Amino acid sequence: MNEMDILGTAVDISFVLVMLGVAFAFVRLIKGPSLPDRIVALDMMTVLIVSFCGLYAILSEDTAFVDVAIVLALVGFLATVALARFVERRQAGIGDSGSKPEDAS
Amino acid sequence: MIAEIIIAALVLLGGFFCFVAGLGVLRLPDVLIRMHASTKAGTLGSGLILAAVAVYFADTATITRAVATILFLLITTPVAAHLIGRAAFKVGVPLWNTKVEDGAAEKLHRK
Repeated sequence: MNEMDILGTAVDISFVLVMLGVAFAFVRLIKGPSLPDRIVALDMMTVLIVSFCGLYAILSEDTAFVDVAIVLALVGFLATVALARFVERRQAGIGDSGSKPEDAS
Repeated sequence: MIAEIIIAALVLLGGFFCFVAGLGVLRLPDVLIRMHASTKAGTLGSGLILAAVAVYFADTATITRAVATILFLLITTPVAAHLIGRAAFKVGVPLWNTKVEDGAAEKLHRK
């Protein structure tokens, strides 16, 4: 009984800490001065939600949330790579030449 | 009893590092320094919590999945951070009190 209380309290405190981290990252996502700031905040929110899934797997005693964590890590990595490539190419001007408005008209 | 204490310690440490990562992303002055906080502390926090999951459900399938997730995070987070850092440097975000190495700005076409 006592040790269950220890684990339950630890999981509750850790939920609060992880959600505070997500909230801080969300503030940075809103007020980040440049696009790379926002990408960094989104990337870290994904990693924090992976750990949130781990905590929820312990809380609900359901191992299916570990699969959710794997898929979320994969999708977050792909999204971060795509956004970083987008920033780099937008700055270099690649991709603008293919879709000029005068070509379409 | 011992396992419960170990799991509680891993979960609390992981939550603390996730909190520190969020605090660093909010408070540090520059994109590259913020990335330092988010990647290192975030990976450590997630890794510790997933290790707690692996200890809590002590069966083979869950341990394999948790260890696979930790390894995946350890492999992909530096790659993503490298890509974001290079993109941020090329776009020319203002850097806080950082000495840029000679020739790096020209070689990477920094704006």
